[in-house]
Amino acid sequence: MTDFATQLGFRGLTLLTFLPIAGAVVMLIFMRKRPSAYKATALITSIFTLALAIYLAAKFQTGTSGFQFQENSSWIAGLGISYHLGIDGISLLLILLTTLLSVLAILGSWNSIKDRGLAFFISLLVLETGMLGVFVSMDLFLFYVFWEIQLIPMYFIIGIWGGPRRVYAAIKFFLYTFVGSVLMLVAILAIVWWYAKNGGGLTFDILTLQKAGFPVSIAAWSFAAFFIAFAIKVPMFPVHTWLPDAHTEAPTAGSVILAGVLLKMGVYGMIRFCIGFFPQIAVRAILPVLILSVIAIVYGAAMSLVQPDMKRLVAYSSVSHMGFVTAGLFVFNQQGIEGSVLQMVNHGVLTGALFMMVGFFYDRTHTRMISDYGGMAKPMPVAAAFFSLFVLGSLGLPGLNGFVGEFLILIGTFQYAKVFAVIASIGIILGAAYLLWMYQRTMFQQANEKWLTLKDLSAREIVTLVPLVGMAVWIGLYPHTFLNFLHAPAQNILSQVQPYLAEHGGGIAHLAATLFGGN
Amino acid sequence: MQNYVWLIPALPFAAFVVTLLLGRWWIKAESHWIPILAMAGSFGLSIAAFIQIRGAEEPVIVRMWQWFSVGSFQVPLAFQIDQLTAVMLLVVTGVGLLIFIYSKGYMHGDPGYYRFFAYMSLFAFSMLLLVLANNYLLLYFGWEAVGLCSYYLIGFFYHKPEAAAAGKKAFIVNRVGDFGFGLGVMLIFVTFGTLDYTGVFAKVAGGAVGHNVLVAIALLLFMGAMGKSAQFPLHVWLPDAMEGPTPVSALIHAATMVTAGVYLVARSSVIFASAPAALLVVGIVGTFTAIFAAVIGMAQNDIKKVLAYSTVSQLGYMFMALGVGAWSGAIFHLVAHAFFKALLFLGAGSVIHSMGGEQDMRCMGGLARRIPVTWITFMTGALALSGVFPFAGFWSKDEILGKNFQAGVYVVWFVGLVAAFITAFYTFRMVFVTFWGKETRSDEKTCALIHESPKSMTWPLILLAVASTVGGFIGLPGSFGVIQRFLEPVFSRASDILGVAEPSVGTLDIVLMVVSLVVALMGMGLAWLIYVRRAQDLPQFFGALFGPVYRVVYNKFYVDEFYAATFVRVAVDGSRSVWHNFDEKVIDGAVHGSAWLWQNWGRVVRPLQTGRVQNYLLGILIGVFVIVTVVVFL
Amino acid sequence: MAPTPADMPIPVDWYLYLSAALFMTGVVGVLTRRNLFIILFSIELMMNAVNLNLVGFSRFHENLTGQNFVLFTMVVAAAEAAVGLAIATALFRNRQTLMVDLFDRMKG
Repeated sequence: MTDFATQLGFRGLTLLTFLPIAGAVVMLIFMRKRPSAYKATALITSIFTLALAIYLAAKFQTGTSGFQFQENSSWIAGLGISYHLGIDGISLLLILLTTLLSVLAILGSWNSIKDRGLAFFISLLVLETGMLGVFVSMDLFLFYVFWEIQLIPMYFIIGIWGGPRRVYAAIKFFLYTFVGSVLMLVAILAIVWWYAKNGGGLTFDILTLQKAGFPVSIAAWSFAAFFIAFAIKVPMFPVHTWLPDAHTEAPTAGSVILAGVLLKMGVYGMIRFCIGFFPQIAVRAILPVLILSVIAIVYGAAMSLVQPDMKRLVAYSSVSHMGFVTAGLFVFNQQGIEGSVLQMVNHGVLTGALFMMVGFFYDRTHTRMISDYGGMAKPMPVAAAFFSLFVLGSLGLPGLNGFVGEFLILIGTFQYAKVFAVIASIGIILGAAYLLWMYQRTMFQQANEKWLTLKDLSAREIVTLVPLVGMAVWIGLYPHTFLNFLHAPAQNILSQVQPYLAEHGGGIAHLAATLFGGN
Repeated sequence: MQNYVWLIPALPFAAFVVTLLLGRWWIKAESHWIPILAMAGSFGLSIAAFIQIRGAEEPVIVRMWQWFSVGSFQVPLAFQIDQLTAVMLLVVTGVGLLIFIYSKGYMHGDPGYYRFFAYMSLFAFSMLLLVLANNYLLLYFGWEAVGLCSYYLIGFFYHKPEAAAAGKKAFIVNRVGDFGFGLGVMLIFVTFGTLDYTGVFAKVAGGAVGHNVLVAIALLLFMGAMGKSAQFPLHVWLPDAMEGPTPVSALIHAATMVTAGVYLVARSSVIFASAPAALLVVGIVGTFTAIFAAVIGMAQNDIKKVLAYSTVSQLGYMFMALGVGAWSGAIFHLVAHAFFKALLFLGAGSVIHSMGGEQDMRCMGGLARRIPVTWITFMTGALALSGVFPFAGFWSKDEILGKNFQAGVYVVWFVGLVAAFITAFYTFRMVFVTFWGKETRSDEKTCALIHESPKSMTWPLILLAVASTVGGFIGLPGSFGVIQRFLEPVFSRASDILGVAEPSVGTLDIVLMVVSLVVALMGMGLAWLIYVRRAQDLPQFFGALFGPVYRVVYNKFYVDEFYAATFVRVAVDGSRSVWHNFDEKVIDGAVHGSAWLWQNWGRVVRPLQTGRVQNYLLGILIGVFVIVTVVVFL
Repeated sequence: MAPTPADMPIPVDWYLYLSAALFMTGVVGVLTRRNLFIILFSIELMMNAVNLNLVGFSRFHENLTGQNFVLFTMVVAAAEAAVGLAIATALFRNRQTLMVDLFDRMKG
């Protein structure tokens, strides 16, 4: 490590990860009865975390594929468990996204949480620590701990501050995810056990295990277990049904974080473990994953088209957009992978923003039904303008971020097998249809008498949205800043799968190409 | 040129940002100044670029920054100026400037005044980006962005459900076309490894790529063009787009945006020339659309709807030209059409303005004396559209028909001639019904308020009328054609591939011209017979004459109804059915089923929990006994 | 089996037989009697059976750990008796009975 701060013993990632929880402790001890104080503390904590993340990004060296800011100390030495942190470009982008959305989630739910506010904001901060922990962990055990930690505050956020069916949604969310977690735990133990038994010593270290070269018998089952766990989180078709319920019932901040970050943890896990540990299985899974992805793209879009509830609509659109992400990841070329990771950020920004907007409308009208709205552009022109920008970004308008990710993924997919790009493009048409139709029915048309007196967005709400607009335009016009972090990790992934791609993946690609390809 | 080209799109964009942010609270009723000045600036710079690029063999390329840089996928944000771009720049900024000025009067007093000018500026920016792009992806950027502006401006009166629905329809139908365009762009990249025009065309001309791939690329690109330029069967959005304010119809849905499809095909002339099968499709679609839309145009009563179908039809003519490789002919008609169709739309807007918002021609009549400037200029536009010597439309339409005749596709020529006849008929039907007669068929209050439009509206009309009158002389047939020679460097490569002969003027050309002029006059004559001689009958005469045929035509061949019953229905009802029957019943059913399973299993084993300590102890004892037995004896 | 130490007059088997008999008496008591007091007594009986075992083996192996352990067990048993009696008292106050088969609130 040549980095000066690291030489001084600056443990940036530890600080980053535990700063939110430290803020939560301060709130819990000193500010139990003072809402304005604990809200401010929560906000300031999250802003500091964001600032720290940006600082790390500035210090980050984009040229190398290795993990940076590593910290490694023994934790439970007897079991080979260590406290090992480190990030590469992929984690860095997701960390930036997490910290940004956390700030905005806190800001966005400033006044909408009336009951047990302290617990709510503490939950959000604990959640932030859990999410950051997932992205910085370089040790499987540590990863698993953080993975489970973030589940608990999210469960409470949905179950306590949610809508009418919050308990159902929270339990559904928890059980779905937990089924995956348990499978993952089994897989973790299996590979650690195999590695120890074959003379590698007892270790949970991710980097060590990545080089293990598991035999197909162990790898196939472990891949499947990991994959199911992450597919539920993404969520891929057909294990997506927790998502609409969880999103619909969760409070605004919950939806924002859920869509913005939690879903990405699934894809992140796929990158790190499914592909990182078992590249030889990953290449064999290309075709099934692609099929499931394009089904998700079209299916999610079709479901969105007929949802009567705005939040449900956006939730199903997440299924569609995350289908792009998984598709891009598993075509294994530079454009696909970089597009996939960038699309995660884009989806976080745009869907987070859409949920935020729906939340702002809900705060005023207390309904999420599209049919209850209409003509909102008249009383709330500023809100309508912001909303339209996010809708357009989401449907992939060039110049905004959604397009950049989507197009890279499509280019990547197209190179692999044209048929998938064609089907995915149908999803884009449907995307325009459901988003614009919703926009037309809510913002345009005859104004609903009831809403004519509504106040437009407040300064706080505008401040919440402006960073998201900035991100949308920035990534849309100059994605270089962000893609720069991804070149090296993407090449790293490619170098891992390349040997097997020629062996197995090539065969499937060839098959697909001869079956469906053009030329 | 390198140092100022970026300003051409940047000026309208700046105007957009400023107007949007400050318009509502600050600039308000003065919102027109910044956009008009920005447009004037762009127009000036476009003239400069036009002059500088004259005769240049190679396009000038201005790089801004790298947009995409991922592995082999390298796409810069860069502009390219060649003769084709220069012509398009002049049309967009020139006609745009006039329409901006016109809008000052037309939109006066509208609550969304600033919003209108902001969107219009954004449109100008997007359209300029579209024509300035040096690669297909940036073109796609502009392409989608103009679609967006079109969406906003069609739905400008968003409180009207029809307007909101029309905007959405336009965007989605365009998206269907863009589905093809997007795939075309991907196929171009996968095939050629680049998206830059120069790189792609060099490789196509190099002949390294298979013919089938080129046909596929060309057809996919043309699918996008069909969406944007409203060619059958994707034409359905354009007539509905007339819900937007009239200056929007003039600028976006007549003069500039809808011609982007023509521009795309002309720009890709090298690809299309190398793929004759695709070129044939272009010609067929264009020809069919030309006559199809013209027929519908005969039966419309809304003055803007007539013009909308006329636009669809004229765009068909342009594709008809492209189909036989008459690239410059298509661009010539594009320019001429921009002049006279913008004029007609603005004239119609002036009529509507004077009638207090009335658009139904059946309620008009006798306006010639009441609004003379509008009448004379409108008349000029009508003559140009009908193709009467020496107005612009005569030269450009004749160029297209002549090229088709020379290429030996007599069917296309004949259909084009019939369409020209119909064009003249519906145009003058519109003129006669609107302006002729003694009195206005409307209520007294409206009649009393009829007035000539303000100067900011009439001056653009006059200038466009002048352009429509003399504009045709830039494209005289054969070697006299200024615009043909100007565009030569852009299209020479494509023409070489197709082997199009050097143009020359012979007796045949003169004969063809006379034929098309006679046809146009016949169409006008028929309109005169029906609508002036028997003015009181109006379209009902037609209704009686043709009955059911008229109804089918009046209902636009039920294409909209067909789409609603098939695609829309399948998408919406199908999705709803899948949602309820699959997502809720099957998938969530499985989830709930597994929960139910465990719940019932719990119900089955629950009695074991008796609550009596002694039972548990007995269980423990038996357990211990069993375990000990197993361990000790087995 | 190690030989019985010379100074151990009663062989370890006898301790075991007695202890087993005591333990089984306790088990039967716990399982069959309904009165909470009797059950507690029976538990004491089982504990002491175990104690007897421990002492017996301690002598047999000439290792004092077993006897030490018995001291602990007795302390625990005393504490348990105290707690058990307290619970019994509390239960009786609430329900006016000590018949355990009537305490089935936890029935599933």
